[in-house]
Amino acid sequence: MADLSIEFAGIKAPNPFWLASAPPTDKAYNVVRAFEAGWGGVVWKTLGEDPAAVNVSSRYSAHFGANREVLGFNNIELITDRSLEINLREITQVKQAWPDRALIVSLMVPCVEESWKTILPLVAATGCDGIELNFGCPHGMPERGMGAAVGQVPEYVERVTRWCKTYSSLPVIVKLTPNITDIRTAARAAYRGGADAVSLINTINSITSVDLERMVANPIVGSQSTHGGYCGSAVKPIALNMVAEIARDPETRGLPICGIGGIGSWRDAAEFVALGCGAVQVCTAAMLHGFRIVEQMQDGLSRWMDSQGYQRLADFSGKAVGNTTDWKYLDINYQVIARIDQDACIGCGRCHIACEDTSHQAIASLAQADGTHRYEVIDEECVGCNLCQITCPVQDCIEMLAQDNGKPFLDWQHDPRNPYRIAG
Amino acid sequence: MIDTLSHLPRPHAGAVELADRFGDLAPPLTARQAALESARCLYCYDAPCVNACPSEIDIPSFIRSIQQENVQGAAQTILSANILGGSCARVCPTEVLCQQACVRNNAEECAPVLIGLLQRHAIDNAQFGEHPFQRAPASGKRIAVVGAGPAGLSCAHRLALYGHEVVIFEAREKAGGLNEYGIAAYKLVDDFAQREVEFLLQIGGIEIRHGHRLGVELSLSLLRQQFDAVFLAIGLAASKRLGLADEQAPGLLAATDYIRELRQADDLSQLPLAERCIVLGAGNTAIDMAVQMSKLGAHDVNLVYRRGFAEMGATEHEQAIAKANQVRLLTWAQPQEVLLDDQGRVRGMRFARTQQVDGRLQSTGESFELTADAIFSAIGQAFDASALVDPLARELKREGERIWVDATLRTSLPGVYAGGDCTALGQDLTVQAVQHGKLAAEAIHSHLMSNVEAA
Repeated sequence: MADLSIEFAGIKAPNPFWLASAPPTDKAYNVVRAFEAGWGGVVWKTLGEDPAAVNVSSRYSAHFGANREVLGFNNIELITDRSLEINLREITQVKQAWPDRALIVSLMVPCVEESWKTILPLVAATGCDGIELNFGCPHGMPERGMGAAVGQVPEYVERVTRWCKTYSSLPVIVKLTPNITDIRTAARAAYRGGADAVSLINTINSITSVDLERMVANPIVGSQSTHGGYCGSAVKPIALNMVAEIARDPETRGLPICGIGGIGSWRDAAEFVALGCGAVQVCTAAMLHGFRIVEQMQDGLSRWMDSQGYQRLADFSGKAVGNTTDWKYLDINYQVIARIDQDACIGCGRCHIACEDTSHQAIASLAQADGTHRYEVIDEECVGCNLCQITCPVQDCIEMLAQDNGKPFLDWQHDPRNPYRIAG
Repeated sequence: MIDTLSHLPRPHAGAVELADRFGDLAPPLTARQAALESARCLYCYDAPCVNACPSEIDIPSFIRSIQQENVQGAAQTILSANILGGSCARVCPTEVLCQQACVRNNAEECAPVLIGLLQRHAIDNAQFGEHPFQRAPASGKRIAVVGAGPAGLSCAHRLALYGHEVVIFEAREKAGGLNEYGIAAYKLVDDFAQREVEFLLQIGGIEIRHGHRLGVELSLSLLRQQFDAVFLAIGLAASKRLGLADEQAPGLLAATDYIRELRQADDLSQLPLAERCIVLGAGNTAIDMAVQMSKLGAHDVNLVYRRGFAEMGATEHEQAIAKANQVRLLTWAQPQEVLLDDQGRVRGMRFARTQQVDGRLQSTGESFELTADAIFSAIGQAFDASALVDPLARELKREGERIWVDATLRTSLPGVYAGGDCTALGQDLTVQAVQHGKLAAEAIHSHLMSNVEAA
């Protein structure tokens, strides 16, 4: 079986599945249950200065799919609402009881050197394996000059990271906010400040839904609401892109990345690793299904690694980064055409109407004698957009076939149709 | 009519237990079930289910409305194509119509979307403050509809919608036709058929005159003189005869007569029970009869058909209902003789065994007897020709025994239209009758209005 153990930014863990700093990691009881379930590490819910934060009721809301499956999740909970002293004592106890697991402490204190200088030794004394700087919390804390308010200003990110490296010998992971135009700017700032790793993404500003009877957004507090932090399956594509952006940025080359955002299965985790992550963090999926999900994640990942001949995570970490590039480097001459497997087709007509109404009128609807329809691709019209394949309810019914058109590789930079092409 | 069974005992079970046994065969979906099931619909384009629906309901549209918690919108979509969508949702053989055509009706997709139950969910749960369709301004035209069954009611509603005045002439006490008098009680429970009629009449402009039979109190020539158009929806009022001696003997009657009595009974425990009975036929009426007698407490119910299972009119789904209710299905046997006891009452029947030879049904020469307290004949309904006795009505072109119509439901007489089971067009189904009524109304309307424009 594949070896799932990792060493990430100097932190050892029996597997790459860590719980993110969030409600599930707020106290010893939950964290011990997580370790019992098999999680390789935990990022303890963010500690702050006393007096502890106060939370409101209610706190969560969701974006549901057609069958009430949770596509996206939103929360307006602040950092820990328990005292620093209680948290530090529990962290110490848990680390002693579970020495093989990664235990990282998330921190958020005001953007003042003295505040960091004060808290860091207290945290180090717990015996934890590292710290994660919460520069991402998008709700509540930014109004007080913390969380995303720091993460959105690269100078602050760099400065605070440097303070942490100055006043602590623990590995420093900087957690990045996605509520920013270019994620690389923040990653570069963390890198300059001496960060040992970055983790991303934190949650995205969101309103999931509006109660149309009460005319107030969710989650509702009294007769009001506020925007929260969006996470869960729906944010995975955004997180993957931001991870890839950093992974292929020459300025931060080699900076370890811990992937966060919509991970709920071993496959999700493997995709983050393929785009350059050395570990992953999970929260929403655990909140929806309990800590037991880590069993299928570990088992699935190691079986898949076995099937691919990967012995360690490092064997495939970053393997998809080189194939992720800018649009201008793509091969203009590459061509795929849809092909419908008529034996698998159930005749729903979705490919036809999607193409007919919104794309290239490349799927003909042929009325049959029995009142059904046969759908056929018109090769000359098909631009290979994938829309039909995406709308088809039957997996593998529509295949996008690469065409051998005899044309050589040609990117836009060299395309004769580009008025600004590179000469020669 | 049940005088002929008056010598039989009453059911052993009490009224409450019997009422329970005759409860909904397919109970309605809960809101959660409807949400789950509606999410299974793939929202097909040129959807095969719509092509398979005789009344052309936009099924993907109404299911998507259910999914989006717009039950009223779903109901209106259904009713705009089929004003009797509530009863069709209950009585349609969906297994050979929309649900058979559903793209998910294959092993890979597990099962078809439960379209019938979703349709029922929409209709049952849509609470309209007022009738959801508004009449056009009065046209001044008056149309006579003969028969208040599904075809007649559907036609009347659509005509009223266009602003015409409609008078429906109905022979029986209640409107609804087979929905009221002919459908198995467990398929269309309580007073749904009457509530549906009341809903339909809310549109206004429709008057129903009961106790009027064509050929008795009414004549076609008079109707044509008094109205701008006539729609005949008189159904198939006669039951086919077996053609055997002693067919009038106590203990033998048409299944439709018994079912009508059963549907109108307030207390099922007062109905005559044939503990051992024979049902002749292989259509849904035969199944309905056999299953209902079994539910009443009969312990020996034999449904006998002269051909094989493959030739049965009843769908596999219907056959399964029969088997689940301990009905024995006997094939390849043809009635030969009604057996009477010394008081001249039915005591059984002798059957000739049959076989198919070169496509023709033949007797094998063997025979057997079944003991029975009653025999119910369900070998098919026939056109009651006594309705078309006046000189004008006799001119109507016929197709077989039924009334000939073209694709727009016009008969051979100008201004006279016909639809439903009394015509040979399409299948003998409630949903088909509704469609006929709707199409005939469209044809009548466009004809009357084109005359107005010309004038």
